[in-house]
Amino acid sequence: MRNIVRHRLFWPVVTLAALLALNVIVEHDFFAIRLQDGHLFGSVIDILRNGAPTLLVALGMTLVIATRGIDLSVGAIVAICGALACSMIAASPTPGSVGTVLIAVGAALVLAIVLGLWNGLLVSVLGIQPIIATLILMTAGRGLAMLITEGQIITVSSAPYKVIGGGYWLTMPASILIAGVMFALTALLTRKTALGILIESVGINPEASRLAGVRSRSILWTVYIFSAFCAGVAGLMISSNVTAADANNAGLWIELDAILAVVLGGTSLAGGRYSLIGTLIGAFVIQTLTTTVYTVGIAPEITLVFKALVVIAVCLLQSPAMQARVRNARRRRALQKQGTDAAGAPAVSPASLTNEGAAS
Amino acid sequence: MSEPAPVVQMRGISIAFPGVKALDGVDFRMFAGEVHSLMGENGAGKSTLIKALTGVYEVDTGSIVLDGRPLSVNGPAQAQEAGISTVYQEVNLLSNLTVAENILLGREPRKRGVIDWKAMRARASDLLSGLNLDIDPASLLGEHSLAVQQLVAIARAIDVQAKVLILDEPTSSLDADEVAELFRVIRGLKQRGVAILFVSHFLEQVYEISDRLTVLRNGRFVGEYLTDEILRIELVHKMIGKEVAVLEGLDHKTHASASASASAGDGDGESKPLIQAIGLGSRGSIAPFDLDVYEGEVVGLAGLLGSGRTELARLLSGVDHADSGELSIDGVAARLRTPRAALRKRITYSSENRRSEGIVEDLTVRDNIVLALQADRGWFRRIPKKRQDELAASYIQALNIRPPDPDALIRNLSGGNQQKVLLARWLAVAPRLLILDEPTRGIDVGAKAEIQKLVAELADNGMSVIFISAELEEVLRLSHRIAVMRDREKIADIANDDVSVGQVMTLIASGAEE
Repeated sequence: MRNIVRHRLFWPVVTLAALLALNVIVEHDFFAIRLQDGHLFGSVIDILRNGAPTLLVALGMTLVIATRGIDLSVGAIVAICGALACSMIAASPTPGSVGTVLIAVGAALVLAIVLGLWNGLLVSVLGIQPIIATLILMTAGRGLAMLITEGQIITVSSAPYKVIGGGYWLTMPASILIAGVMFALTALLTRKTALGILIESVGINPEASRLAGVRSRSILWTVYIFSAFCAGVAGLMISSNVTAADANNAGLWIELDAILAVVLGGTSLAGGRYSLIGTLIGAFVIQTLTTTVYTVGIAPEITLVFKALVVIAVCLLQSPAMQARVRNARRRRALQKQGTDAAGAPAVSPASLTNEGAAS
Repeated sequence: MSEPAPVVQMRGISIAFPGVKALDGVDFRMFAGEVHSLMGENGAGKSTLIKALTGVYEVDTGSIVLDGRPLSVNGPAQAQEAGISTVYQEVNLLSNLTVAENILLGREPRKRGVIDWKAMRARASDLLSGLNLDIDPASLLGEHSLAVQQLVAIARAIDVQAKVLILDEPTSSLDADEVAELFRVIRGLKQRGVAILFVSHFLEQVYEISDRLTVLRNGRFVGEYLTDEILRIELVHKMIGKEVAVLEGLDHKTHASASASASAGDGDGESKPLIQAIGLGSRGSIAPFDLDVYEGEVVGLAGLLGSGRTELARLLSGVDHADSGELSIDGVAARLRTPRAALRKRITYSSENRRSEGIVEDLTVRDNIVLALQADRGWFRRIPKKRQDELAASYIQALNIRPPDPDALIRNLSGGNQQKVLLARWLAVAPRLLILDEPTRGIDVGAKAEIQKLVAELADNGMSVIFISAELEEVLRLSHRIAVMRDREKIADIANDDVSVGQVMTLIASGAEE
């Protein structure tokens, strides 16, 4: 029991469960999923679908943060890739053909990789601090997207393109499947090869890793490229879902949601050990929070305040300093209790009592 | 001797950290108008003693008396108020502020709550001229040389009417002229009656500036001497000391075979050195040196701290870059640009900084052991889990790593066991040349003996080892050949045929050629 509470995913999971429970109380058929015209519908499906872009971006962000870095440019990359794909499709004489869409998607993803190379160059070769290096593309990237769309919001009507963000496959929304596949691939790529452990090693102690022969430069480069690629896919998803590319608003502040998802998932901003499952839960917490605001009917003026309060609460629960304080306070209370109780009281530790409370 | 009462009197100071006794009953005193050098190798307890005096550490037992009154301070700020100022090795001033701002930072003269800039500049000017320093107080600190910055740090320190001034390695980054300038200022302060505690690993400088020496070794007080009355050779001897013979089953027998084959190699050219450096050097870090290492040979590097031992090792292992000379491996010219390149040639370097350059603290013992091997294979070809377990288990057993748990985080292990894990990391890549920089520093006697034994065995099996240690006894016991370092230069290269500690000490102290 004690180990469960100490597990670093304990509080994120509890938060997610609490948010879901709150939704069920307000809306009794919250978990209901209907099959309609061969497509699944329901609140939970909506959460998964709307959370898919954030999850994708957060996946890349997790690996970047594990190397002690950060990638602020992902929101801009979302906008750029959406803009490129949409403008290519809109400019094509056959916007509805699968070939056109494949070429546009391919071009957008190649561009994402190039942007990742740029970030990686600044960080790993030129040694610029990640927050500054990626800030460059964060600000310049929106301008680049504007250049591609020529300042217009480009709308596309292309059935194949619509599939990425709004389509269905085997009754499931395609965006959920894409995010799921990307998640599984990332997990396989980092944990079935040695990439994950080398990323952590570089994040924990760069100099010791260098002396041990780890190619930290190419590892840094890899994570920034991967992060940009994930953002590119998210960009396609977002623009496909709304069938339009908006250089100004697509993926706006998504980098902050992604960072938040990573941190809620228990990966430290100081780098080192990371948890992809944690990031998954973190992304769901954020999306569920957004949905909860609507289902519970919180006034739009205080939506942001409500979200902030939940985030603060989770961060406090996770912080080691806070946990130590709580433990000490409990121990003191337990000691006082023992003092007042008669000798030979049953040996129940305060921790196990509260665990049972939390589990029920 | 009828001496005046000392300004500072520390008696029987003991400080223990978990697992280590950093100071054990140390006595130390300082007199007004005297420069007192604190001597000792790494880990001798010099900085701990300074931190005890400045209130950074609380002493477990012992007393500190300042000017006849017991001193109880809590941190450098209070120590400074009591009259004890410290200037640290790294200049910790703000280079983007002016000289005057730096000198009076935190105690700026004020008029109605606002900083009185005019008074501030005047005050700084006074202090600087007191040190015979002719610089503009309104200039930015960053524009001046390191030496001047150091002197500004001293000006800041003595502004608070310091009775005691602590200079911790003030000369480590200064050139000869700058040192002369610093010494001029120190002599001036002496005349004003300030007691100065000087720490430097440059013997020359210690002899030039100090009146009195206190030697510490392994946290113990060795003795207090007047500089004029102790020869350098005696001093070196007292700093390095003799280690208790704790090793069983380890003798000099290994020399004969390897040094014989090494000398044969010179003659008929049949056996080439494994690694050969000719005029290898790097400006500002180590003067060009020649060095051959043969297969199965243990080459010891002897010299004091800062003598260039580590710098030499780092050039050979691709950690730092040489800017002159050539390196060849098996007779073929090689350029080692990165530690990775060296690793591919099966040359590994185990750093003296276990914490910052050795362990990856949040990973497990197993992950730490396989790290170099995995890095060598590349990220894609992961070492199968089963193989990792086998490697970890076999090294944990062979090196007697405690606790014998491959899943323990390495940061929870003791220093000696961390060192063994690092040894396992390097041995796992089957090195041909293993460079060990202070592998036995700060670890307990048992682990030390185990590591020494292992080095001897490895060499017997044909591995070449470069062994660096501050303890001469240890270097002599293990090495077939000894390279002696002094003031960032290799000054001698001697076969270890019944060489005595005394002979090596003479070389270290005087630098006389053989």
